[in-house]
Amino acid sequence: MAVPFVDRHIGTDAAAQAVMLQTLGYDSVNALVEAAVPESIHAAEIGADGVGRASVIPAPATEREVSAELRALASQNSVKRSMIGLGYYDTITPAVIKRNVFENPSWYTAYTPYQPEISQGRLEALINFQTMVAELTGLTTSNASMLDESTAVAEGMLLARRASKQASHTFVVDADALPQTKALLASRAEAVGIDLVELDLASTAPDDLPESFGVFIQYPGASGRIVDPRPVIEKAHAGGALAVVAADLLALTLLESPGSLGADVAVGTTQRFGVPMGFGGPHAGYMAVRKGLERQLPGRLVGVSVDAVGNRAYRLSLQAREQHIRREKATSNICTAQVLLAIMAGMYAVYHGPDGLKAIATEVNERARDLATTLRAGGFEVVHEHFFDTLTLAVPGRAHALADSAYARGYLLNVVDDDTLTVSVDETTTPADLLAVTDALDALPRGSATYTEVLPSLPAALIRSTDYLTHPVFNTHRSETSMMRYLKRLADYDYALDRGMIPLGSCTMKLNAATEMEAVSWPEFAGLHPFAPRDDVTGYLSLIDQLETWLAEVTGYDSVSLQPNAGSQGELAGLLAIRGYHRSRGDEARTICLIPSSAHGTNAASAVLAGMKVVVVACDELGNVDVDDLRAKIDGHADTLAALMITYPSTHGVYEHDVVDICRLVHEAGGQVYVDGANLNAVLGFARFGEFGGDVSHLNLHKTFCIPHGGGGPGVGPVAARAHLAPFLPGHAFAQKQEHPLVGVGASAGAGTVVHAGGAVSGAPYGSSSILPISWAYVRMMGSEGLKQATGAAVLAANYVAVRLRDHYPVLYAGDNGLVAHECILDLRPLKDATGVTVDDVAKRLVDYGFHSPTMSFPVAGTLMVEPTESEDLAEIDRFIDAMIAIKAEADAVQAGEWPAGDNPLVNAPHTAQSIAVGSWEHPYDRERAVYPVQSLISHKYWPPVRRIDQAYGDRNLFCACPPPEAFEEG
Amino acid sequence: MTDFDQLHFTAEHEWVRLEPAADGAAPSATIGITAYAADKLGDVVYVDLPDEGVEIADGSVVGEIESTKSVGELFAPVNGTILAKNSAVEDSPELVNSDPYGEGWLIRVAFTELPDLLSYPEYQALLSDEEASH
Repeated sequence: MAVPFVDRHIGTDAAAQAVMLQTLGYDSVNALVEAAVPESIHAAEIGADGVGRASVIPAPATEREVSAELRALASQNSVKRSMIGLGYYDTITPAVIKRNVFENPSWYTAYTPYQPEISQGRLEALINFQTMVAELTGLTTSNASMLDESTAVAEGMLLARRASKQASHTFVVDADALPQTKALLASRAEAVGIDLVELDLASTAPDDLPESFGVFIQYPGASGRIVDPRPVIEKAHAGGALAVVAADLLALTLLESPGSLGADVAVGTTQRFGVPMGFGGPHAGYMAVRKGLERQLPGRLVGVSVDAVGNRAYRLSLQAREQHIRREKATSNICTAQVLLAIMAGMYAVYHGPDGLKAIATEVNERARDLATTLRAGGFEVVHEHFFDTLTLAVPGRAHALADSAYARGYLLNVVDDDTLTVSVDETTTPADLLAVTDALDALPRGSATYTEVLPSLPAALIRSTDYLTHPVFNTHRSETSMMRYLKRLADYDYALDRGMIPLGSCTMKLNAATEMEAVSWPEFAGLHPFAPRDDVTGYLSLIDQLETWLAEVTGYDSVSLQPNAGSQGELAGLLAIRGYHRSRGDEARTICLIPSSAHGTNAASAVLAGMKVVVVACDELGNVDVDDLRAKIDGHADTLAALMITYPSTHGVYEHDVVDICRLVHEAGGQVYVDGANLNAVLGFARFGEFGGDVSHLNLHKTFCIPHGGGGPGVGPVAARAHLAPFLPGHAFAQKQEHPLVGVGASAGAGTVVHAGGAVSGAPYGSSSILPISWAYVRMMGSEGLKQATGAAVLAANYVAVRLRDHYPVLYAGDNGLVAHECILDLRPLKDATGVTVDDVAKRLVDYGFHSPTMSFPVAGTLMVEPTESEDLAEIDRFIDAMIAIKAEADAVQAGEWPAGDNPLVNAPHTAQSIAVGSWEHPYDRERAVYPVQSLISHKYWPPVRRIDQAYGDRNLFCACPPPEAFEEG
Repeated sequence: MTDFDQLHFTAEHEWVRLEPAADGAAPSATIGITAYAADKLGDVVYVDLPDEGVEIADGSVVGEIESTKSVGELFAPVNGTILAKNSAVEDSPELVNSDPYGEGWLIRVAFTELPDLLSYPEYQALLSDEEASH
């Protein structure tokens, strides 16, 4: 008899829960949660009177059964040889990277590196990525990844508008841009009042370019064509516009870089650097900018700084640009990007080096050239003289027939229109593939073949002359042994869930179970092109349909889109749906978005990108929405109210009592309610957003539904909506299936299908498809009851921490019956006032005790927000509580004068091995106290690789690439 | 030592020092942020200041002071025209922390009329009110 998965997922067993309940004074977990969650929002029972149908979520399966079911779904997918191109190429993931990064929990269970002292490994890996992108694109500064190529282009457009002094609202788009990018730009531009003008830049005389703030060029183009962009860029600059160039990184090993051609911004994807296509994602997009535009970059940026003793150390730079600080004035709404995939792409470059990359690119280009030569000899018109890997074939009236012929032989070509095909070559294409395609196109030479000259395919004026990837890190790890050890060394620097608890409030760092992860790298899920034909992806479509219905049921909504590839994109999609709904009713004036002051900054940043104006609603001293202020703000914008965005439970970790009334007030005024699902782990199974007043929500599959955080991505941010908003959810012209299940709870039960007809928010129709099996497996193994038990265990753990710690640190907010939700905020401001010990000191001292700090100073400065999740067992929770109590005692000793305020274990934390072993020890506490404050650490100790990092130094001396090796010899 | 009685203050935690007027020239003032504001921001890493010649309107945002963890806005305390910005602070933003009333000054402005500003005791009273409300 297999142990039910729910007992593997939830860390506390019945005996442990009994101890915890006793501490809290409750008889059962359900009694506790029902006392915490206001009665007005308790979920209706599915299958009973409240919801007139049976649950769509099946009874839980075992791990073994779920593996078999996933195998069966996988077998319904058919992996053909993709020659579709359009930004997605088959690639060879070096096995050493697949095993040691992609399938290694030390990398995939880590969090965004906000605590840099315990994140040096992935910060170094990301600086490799940034160096790779910056050098290949010929620009100064690259960020640490974007969500995908198409959203990166949209961000490039927005960057150009911020940075250009040109007053024009026009953005010029290359007609040879990727079609999915054009579609996404159209919806993003419309929402913020940008006019797009599409032009064939190759045939447009520079003088005919319209006045604009920016010009976008695809290099090489979607057709494969390579055009010298310099005349367009020069003309753009002369008119005050910025040039944004989407470039293929593999092509850039052979072609002049965008930077050297004058581009201000380069964007694109790094997918073909060893990251499987995965039916659309996840992969790392990229963005790099010229000097002077660094502060305009969206997303994370890793930079070099120094630690407390002057050693070089990495950290996230210029965070004040980001939405958690600058809110509606942020450079972007993106937070999570694609760290795990960026690390893989960077390591692909580390493993191959500049010569290896160039050899791969040369082979790809030669294969494409050989194919062109053969096809020309066979009578085909290869339309463009200059290309890197993609040929456009003029085949009047025959495009579909020829593509069908290739399909019959297992090859996917891209049908542009009835008269045009494109064929793309990649790293995996073999001579046998070329032969098969040539045969399928009926172009094999017959009889006496005529000799055809091999024409050069790269334009002489654009052959790359500049070096790249000269840093030793790209020229050292050629043997697998060396690569394996490099990856191990970096992984050992970092603290991930494989070491211990990461109690980050608002981040839900729960178990990412091995069975859930297994299917991600199976070729039937990993090897599919996002635009593969419907017949080839039926397993995927079944899995996606099921996951959509399951997520709809647990949230009380009617339809779900899995397209948004991050929470931020889910927010944007949800707000765009609200916008589309209002406009469909002629309510163009409804543009005001009310956001409580306690909201996550991303809310405000997303609202701006959806063309809305942010009006802040005050919170009361308990952290709840101030209902009087809400009424006043609604009255003040009676005819222009578009939406209220609230987080439930609130960002303060409290179940707001008045949420039903709050939703009602907004509805009565004609507004829509957006419920941010970041804290869904506190209500799943006990309350449903769609039942208590929400119209639309995004969920974070990387929080509530077990997709690992990957060190800062991938994330998946599905958007779920009630039926009236469902037609405005994001659609996609290339989706294999336009209709989505309409689930319906209550009145609308069992209601059929709906077409999502809103603009796309991701390049791929189903976003980061290849990681959806993770969440599918989680729900399949937990079942409805298991999900509810997980919520109960999470709420129990948070309340247990709150009660055990409240005599040492005040717990800032609580709701009904003095209970918190799934997280609690510890107020460290009184401690600072009394002792001078800061929240930073406590966070870094926790490293010495073997912990990742809770969330620092969010949502309230000077506090720690603790979210233990359901996956931690009681021993680990107690170890954390004991550490916090011991640290409080250390702070008390500082206050009592036992240690000076400037020299004590807290301000000096974290302590490295070097700090206690090298040189004389001149502190008023001993070395044992420094690194072994509790006995258990002697047998099991995490050693941070650096001392506390100087945040200001790194921002004042911005440097975002691999430092020269001699830099490490100083200090 | 800073002679605080020679300074005027705003509720946005800026200080204003009137400069001796040259013959016939419009009166001018030097503006910076107070030590309290600099301390609240934390380590300043970047300042964005308006260029010479820019017209500024009382109460509008004319610049930004960015630290590692937050962003402060620089509000114009008067109507006027920028005479100079402190380039030294652009190159070494830490001056805002180390010497907010001296080397860390931000802009110099020509103005026609001085609005009501706070005296040093009034500003201190404001600070104790703010502290009490936290």
